[in-house]
Amino acid sequence: MRMPVAATLAHVVFEPGFFSSSPVRVALVVGAVAAAVSGVVGVFTVARGQSFAGHALSDIGTAGGSAAFLIGISPLYGFVVMNLMAAGVMELIGIRRPRGRDVATGIVLGAALGLAALFLYWDTTSTSTTGATVNVLFGSIFTLPASMVPVIVILSVLALGLTLALYRPLILSSLSPDLAAARGVPVRLVGVGFLVALALAVSLSAITIGAILSTALLIGPAATALRLTSRTGTALVAAAAIGIASTWLGILLAYDSYDWTASHRAWPVSFFVVALVFVGYLVVDLVVGRRASAPRRTGATATTGATGATATTGATRASGAA
Amino acid sequence: MFSSFMVNAWEASTIVAIVAGVVGFFTVLRGSSFAAHALPNGAFAGAAAASLIGVSTLLGLGVFAGLGAVGIALLGRRARHDVATALAIVVMLGLGSLFLSMTTEYAPEIYSLLFGEVLGVSSNALGPTAAIGALCILAVLLLYRPLLYSSVLPDSAEARGIPSFRMELAFLLVIALTTTMAVPVVGTLLIFTLLVSPAATARSFTSRPTTAIVLSVAIALVTVWAAIALSYLSNLPIGFFVGAIGASTYAAGRGWAAWRGRRPAAGAGATDGSDGGDSRGRTVLAGA
Repeated sequence: MRMPVAATLAHVVFEPGFFSSSPVRVALVVGAVAAAVSGVVGVFTVARGQSFAGHALSDIGTAGGSAAFLIGISPLYGFVVMNLMAAGVMELIGIRRPRGRDVATGIVLGAALGLAALFLYWDTTSTSTTGATVNVLFGSIFTLPASMVPVIVILSVLALGLTLALYRPLILSSLSPDLAAARGVPVRLVGVGFLVALALAVSLSAITIGAILSTALLIGPAATALRLTSRTGTALVAAAAIGIASTWLGILLAYDSYDWTASHRAWPVSFFVVALVFVGYLVVDLVVGRRASAPRRTGATATTGATGATATTGATRASGAA
Repeated sequence: MFSSFMVNAWEASTIVAIVAGVVGFFTVLRGSSFAAHALPNGAFAGAAAASLIGVSTLLGLGVFAGLGAVGIALLGRRARHDVATALAIVVMLGLGSLFLSMTTEYAPEIYSLLFGEVLGVSSNALGPTAAIGALCILAVLLLYRPLLYSSVLPDSAEARGIPSFRMELAFLLVIALTTTMAVPVVGTLLIFTLLVSPAATARSFTSRPTTAIVLSVAIALVTVWAAIALSYLSNLPIGFFVGAIGASTYAAGRGWAAWRGRRPAAGAGATDGSDGGDSRGRTVLAGA
């Protein structure tokens, strides 16, 4: 009797056609690649306090994507070129200190969104479809052509390779820039290298899974993983695993949701993945937070409290890593 | 350019620019640009929800922006602030994508909510815009001293009984209110740029809070007025001009600060709170 039950269960969970559908297979592969890269790069993004830049790049890339759409090349190249330029400008106008970094990111984001408004306006007036706006802004994991997969894999390898090549100096300079500088680590150069990796990773994820999921998978799994463990290596693996699991489960739920309502309209993948990532974070935060922060005052908020706490755990972590 | 239908555009954008100039000063001072981006963008989900259940867009925007502000403040108690903001924006956008998938006729409206429809502002929208705008200014005036204190010197403000959590929440709610006012008339992109660029520019010219606020309002006004005029003359989107002018004025401010021989980063508020923040904070407060 066990087999039929399992088979029925499998049939209910994986609606017929889930694995044989080609768009679903592309989505599963591409989603996993994007989630893994985002998770790994995300751990350093969270540790370095560059979440705003990580999110901003997914919007900034839109300007490049819409420009590429206008001249008729793949939006992916537009995203990559635009994001690399934006990362350069952010670095140039002062992304190193926390508040200056916040303003620098804001100024670049504002300027890039202005350009996006212009290009999208031209896109929509020249092609007379509003589809371009939605396509470029939100991206869709289910409409990705299989022919783009190799390019995406190459970019992922580049972003991952750069992050892993910088691994040790990156950990040290993320956790304690002063200590890193004293030990002869070229902190600024490492920062630029990481920003390039971030720009590549975000371009890749924004174009494949959309701006929303790009940020969700960059920050959510990494923030969860860093709550679970203070060892960077473990956090990288955990973040990638959480990202991949959320993405796959999200795709499955979106596929199944087609049958949930009478109107047969599937719910968006991005909603499911975001919900899974966020619930995961909340659960871990609640469990770990209750256990760890019982004696600590949680009232001290915002910039000072949070950075102070990170700096202390940072120092311990750095001595462990070095 | 000043024909009857354009009058609404001039009036609405003037209100938005004044409020954005004032609120923007604190946004830049506190390093809250990410929240100023996240709340208008995320509140967009509220507009989608409102159109789905058939209530006013303003209500949807207000509820979502308010919830977003509370969410960021609560998550920010235990996580880094930028992480909390990032989580809040993705949750709001994720809900937005769900609501959008349930309606069918939304594509043109997406564009107008994101990039604004200044030239299409109706005279009905002016009343609520002015009322909520006045509320924002009033809130900032009421919070002025404690907010300034806790933005510049969070630790000693806390010691003097100004809780930073409550200040943070109050300020995020002001941004949420600004969002509700501005998004229907100028869109999420414009309000974000107007909250950040003029104030950041003003801070490279002066470190006195009152002067900086006046200057920030003036720059915001010039930015929108010039953008509307250029957009009218060239027929290109207004968001492009606001973005371009915002970036140019900021570059000019940084250039001025560098030329004056001051550390440009200091003028832009970079050093506050990180190094030498204390003595600098006292100077800023003394000027208040």
